[in-house]
Amino acid sequence: MKSLKARNNKLSNTKSQLEVLEGELFQTELPTFQTKTAQYGQPGLKPNQLEILQINMGYMCNQVCKHCHVDAGPDRREIMSQSHLQKCLGILQNHNIPTVDLTGGAPEMNPHFRWFVEEAHEIGVKEIIVRSNLTIILANKKYYDLPDFFKKHQVNVVSSLPFYEKKRTDAQRGEGVFDKSIQALKMLNEVGYGQVGSSLQLDLVYNPVGAFLPGSQAELEAEYKRMLKADFNIDFNQLFTITNLPISRFLDYLLASDNYEDYMEKLVEAFNPAALDGLMCKNTLSVDWDGYLYDCDFNQMLALKVDAPKSQHIDNFDLNVLSQREIITNQHCYGCTAGAGSSCQGSLI
Amino acid sequence: MSKDQSYYVPKDLKKFSQISEFEPKLAEKFFDWYGEVFKAGALSEREKSLIALAVAHAVQCPYCIDAYTEESMKKGASEAMMMEAVHISGAIRGGASMVHGVQMMNKAKKLSM
Repeated sequence: MKSLKARNNKLSNTKSQLEVLEGELFQTELPTFQTKTAQYGQPGLKPNQLEILQINMGYMCNQVCKHCHVDAGPDRREIMSQSHLQKCLGILQNHNIPTVDLTGGAPEMNPHFRWFVEEAHEIGVKEIIVRSNLTIILANKKYYDLPDFFKKHQVNVVSSLPFYEKKRTDAQRGEGVFDKSIQALKMLNEVGYGQVGSSLQLDLVYNPVGAFLPGSQAELEAEYKRMLKADFNIDFNQLFTITNLPISRFLDYLLASDNYEDYMEKLVEAFNPAALDGLMCKNTLSVDWDGYLYDCDFNQMLALKVDAPKSQHIDNFDLNVLSQREIITNQHCYGCTAGAGSSCQGSLI
Repeated sequence: MSKDQSYYVPKDLKKFSQISEFEPKLAEKFFDWYGEVFKAGALSEREKSLIALAVAHAVQCPYCIDAYTEESMKKGASEAMMMEAVHISGAIRGGASMVHGVQMMNKAKKLSM
């Protein structure tokens, strides 16, 4: 399987995705996200204090997952440069941002990844998160020591494992991914990740393999812990349940499988106003490989830059200007407010 | 009824709550009770969804089959778990017929010399 971009799929153009999200369904049958939030007294969302700088280090990945909102894959060549990463370090330091969240693609494939983690550790960023797809650890000899590298720099590892069984995981992430993920989790456990009494944090991410919403995070976490321990003797800390947002390859899947309308109805029906205050766009800024700023990684993939014309790039990063902005929303945002809410740190309620 | 009509319309599942239109008081009591039934208790929410899925097959309710297939998946049930639930439904339905064979045998033996 190739990325939408490599296949010249219509949806690789972000405008086409927005046309779907703003299409007939939301002009006739369902309320737009903005209309919905306005009903609960929040016609426009505003950010709170910035706590997380989420850096997308590039769209290159060793996997091609069917649901990927980044449309990542081996054929993607967008990679963040060292000079941009250096500027991000400056932003983290100058503004005392406690958390840096590294994502991709596979962030480890960025040639400056290790340098950046070392520097971030050196300047005292409190929390360094790496969203690792696990299989990268086994993809090439040069990555085999990543568990030790993560340990040395006290990196929190957050990894997708959409199910604790092979069939469903491989259906979403590709043939053989489950077995390699299990092997990588064992390597992380061996150096101390996810162990009782260890400070090395290993969290897993569950996202539904299909057009349905995630169930209770607590119940699924208990089941994951029981099954992964029983079947593979694997330990981890927390399970984050994340709702699939209707963009990029997941949107392509929804449309191709004739699930789009039903899925959007489910998201709208499950709208939970209590999730609004904890939305990740309120305490996070997302940076793309080219240095542009977004309210979240999903807006990044829709090319919806922050609504702050004077501070849309790391070159002119101005936290005062950014803190005054209004968060850009569209119908995909229903994915973060459905049920117990959804964010990169799991459910919100 | 025209060819493209059916007694079972998938979209009607979403109108379930509208049964309150004709009798609101009883509907309110029913939905309150229904909601409580499916909350985690001595059984987990997932176990309850799988039982509901099995019962849905026993009573052959297409709305319930759609609803509890999705609920079971949401709660992390695997394909194997869901199919085992359906087999339980089949086994109980089949067993319910077969166990009456004892009644048939009793009667036959009574009537026989």
